Amino acid sequence: MKPAVRTGNHYITGDVACAEGAIAAGCRFFGAYPITPATEVAEHMAERLPDVGGTFIQMEDEIAAMASILGASWTGTKTMTATSGPGFSLMMENIGLGACTETPCVIVNVQRTGPSTGLPTQTGQGDMMQARWGSHGDYELIAIAPSSPQDCFYHTILAFNLSEKYRVPVLVMADEIVGHMSEKVVIPDAKEIALVSRPKPTGRKDRFRLYEPGPNGVAPMPAIGEGYNVHVTGLTHDERGYPVMTPEAQEQMMDRLKGKIRNNLDDIIHTEGYMMDDADIVIVSYGISARTGLTAVDEARKLGYKAGLFRLITVWPFPERMIHDIAARVKGLITVEINLGQVHYEVERCAHGQADTYLVGAAGGAIIHPDKVVSLIKEVFQP
Amino acid sequence: MSKNPQPLKEKHGAHPLDDLIRTDRIPHIWCSGCGIGTVFSSCLTAIKATGIPYNEFAMVSGIGCSGRAAGYIKLDSFHTTHGRAIPFASGIKMAKPDLNVIVFSGDGDLFAIGGNHFIHAARRNMDMTVICVNNLIYGMTGGQVAATTPSKAKTTTTPFGNPDAPFNLPLLAYAAGASYVARWTILHVRDLTNAINEALLKKGFSFIEVLAPCPINYGRRNKQKSLDTLKLYQEKTIIRNGADPARADIDFDRGVILGTFIDRERGTCDDLYEATCRRSED
Repeated sequence: MKPAVRTGNHYITGDVACAEGAIAAGCRFFGAYPITPATEVAEHMAERLPDVGGTFIQMEDEIAAMASILGASWTGTKTMTATSGPGFSLMMENIGLGACTETPCVIVNVQRTGPSTGLPTQTGQGDMMQARWGSHGDYELIAIAPSSPQDCFYHTILAFNLSEKYRVPVLVMADEIVGHMSEKVVIPDAKEIALVSRPKPTGRKDRFRLYEPGPNGVAPMPAIGEGYNVHVTGLTHDERGYPVMTPEAQEQMMDRLKGKIRNNLDDIIHTEGYMMDDADIVIVSYGISARTGLTAVDEARKLGYKAGLFRLITVWPFPERMIHDIAARVKGLITVEINLGQVHYEVERCAHGQADTYLVGAAGGAIIHPDKVVSLIKEVFQP
Repeated sequence: MSKNPQPLKEKHGAHPLDDLIRTDRIPHIWCSGCGIGTVFSSCLTAIKATGIPYNEFAMVSGIGCSGRAAGYIKLDSFHTTHGRAIPFASGIKMAKPDLNVIVFSGDGDLFAIGGNHFIHAARRNMDMTVICVNNLIYGMTGGQVAATTPSKAKTTTTPFGNPDAPFNLPLLAYAAGASYVARWTILHVRDLTNAINEALLKKGFSFIEVLAPCPINYGRRNKQKSLDTLKLYQEKTIIRNGADPARADIDFDRGVILGTFIDRERGTCDDLYEATCRRSED
């Protein structure tokens, strides 16, 4: 077997960095279906996985790809798939099954522009609300947005760690530019990479209850073959995992599914600030658009504006409290994203009227030029 | 677990399959006269007869009446999304090839919404056993036309009779590449149990179609009482092992062929992955 962690300095694309991050995180099963601009994740996994004792399978469609990584996860294996808009739409039902059955797995969405087939080879960030609400019903999951190939490496590891710790599907919401651009990616020694694995049950098997929460609200998860005789269903179920068709059982299940995320926000939410200390104009952004925001802050500072960048690494669950607190001490919040307003409305909601909120958006197909942000700043704020 | 629990002979009233049933989930949801329970107990008997430790099995079901089987079997069992039992099971099998994976589901689930997955798993010769309870109808949703409903049959969505032709499932399985293909009815319990046992022990993609009555949602609208259906199974079927699956159309006027259609050797998906994709150290 070859080493799983390719320690060293690399010049690779974000897609390849996602694959390397997954392998470094311990991913050993990858089921996928080709789609631009995520195909390279699958191609790299197809080449790498057999050498590290893992399995790659190209399924017949994205529905099957998503189903396969859920099944494989129950064998105790860390699993991933990668896709883009149309494939992401097809995965939605089984992402809901993953959330409902608390099955750890990672889904990389290298976003392109929609709706429908849209601009397959060009960037977009229009799947952000779909990431939050795309599967039917209420549920919680985690979505992370990398801004660079280096992020793709680390954020895929972060995605696996959160997925395993909280038994929840985690979405890595990259985009075409981050996926296809090549940049320096530093891969550290394996021993410097902290890995998390799902909690395992202990104690008597005959008294085991599949969804009995542990101390952090997450139930230990056995693997197929360990003799726990689990029953896993997407029907509303009780702590035994058995279907119970009552509003009370639904409420209990939803309390657990929401609680394990909502009660651990400090651990799950990762953000980054740039020039935030004295900022009174704050750009809120994520993914590739955070790099637009970064340049815009520098340009605005040159013009005498106290601008800062608040970058969301974790987009879902949304950092509601943080945005609320920032809004209380600034003049304006500007959301920069390659869509016509998705995360922007979350910022507006959480600002709760304490600061003015603006959107610098785009219909998709290209990165947003920092000038667009600076123009808005010049238009509505005094230095 | 190295040895399966022995049946509780001394305990009065214990059923010999109790060790494989989630007795705390009984009563089940299946209607009187339904055929699924018979297929289910044949499946459990066949599992037992393999002598393989129970923890080396996993059962995966889709959605529908037959899809509830996974909820009653005391194995690691998965009740998944509609049509997706096979790709879910493929993930299990490819991640842990030592497991014996059973897909137990209905005709609507496996051949309409899940048809694509079926042909691809057969093409890859995914080493699993797929048991299809074919009751010719969507039972759980109240009797809509299925991909297996006979032409002209009345259903709630074909009130004037079914204008379409049904699939010939053994032919489909054979053409797609299955290693083992058989058809039985719930009247042929012993043959069915033996077939499932053979299929479980067979390397490769095994497919068993089981004809089963749905008196509530198919029989009622097509002037067929439960016993009428069983009578058809008795009088209008022909057991012919090795028959050409192209002749396996379900036509009770001409006679319906039962038996093992196909039993052949082909490399399995997991074995071929090992042989083709794992390279020795460069």
